Amino acid sequence: MIKVQKEDFDISKEIEALASSDGSIGAVSSFVGLVRDQDSREVSAEALKSITLEHYPAMTEKKLLEIEIKAKSRWNIKSSIIIHRYGRLEPGEKIVFVACASKHRQDAFDACNFLMDWLKTEAPFWKLEESQSRKNWVKKRESDDKAAERWK
Amino acid sequence: MKILYFAWLRQRIGTDTEEFVLPNEIQTVEDLINWLITRGPGYSDAFAKPEVIRAAVNLEYVNFDHSLKNEDEVAFFPPVTGG
Repeated sequence: MIKVQKEDFDISKEIEALASSDGSIGAVSSFVGLVRDQDSREVSAEALKSITLEHYPAMTEKKLLEIEIKAKSRWNIKSSIIIHRYGRLEPGEKIVFVACASKHRQDAFDACNFLMDWLKTEAPFWKLEESQSRKNWVKKRESDDKAAERWK
Repeated sequence: MKILYFAWLRQRIGTDTEEFVLPNEIQTVEDLINWLITRGPGYSDAFAKPEVIRAAVNLEYVNFDHSLKNEDEVAFFPPVTGG
């Protein structure tokens, strides 16, 4: 399931719903991404006031669905969910949630890891950081590309 | 043709969407970028480093040699930074 939304969400409710969706599920693995309290510049990072997530709605939906189908074809996943927020978020707020449910744990762990790595490099979202002195578009991290490469 | 711009490309160009009839001489995404650059300083600034820009046609990532049709939706944006 894919949800792209402005609103916050309840992690425990999402995990409960996923876990109870199929009697054969024996494992649920999840990841939550949060807004940090410092901006992403390596040098001279300063306190972050907010980030604003922009996206390309039609393409976001399409890419996330594709990523989810890819994960299901590769691992034995009974059910999965990706929630990604957009709009203005403050430090501590949740940005993204990925959870995968499977019979045994390894499929759930691996699929969850894969979904996050692909989402980072393929889903059309952009973060604008706002700190005290400036607004700054977050730059791509080479380590994200490397992380996605290992699944090819 | 519909063209969408996101993140700092949108800011530099000053609009998020525009529509026009594709000129005959434009065959590929690269041709389109070269033509857009002639439209003003916002465009030439946005496309100053084409190697850092990603393009999508009809919601799929494409290379700059991808052929274009007038009914396509083209999007230009920086590398994605979600998650």
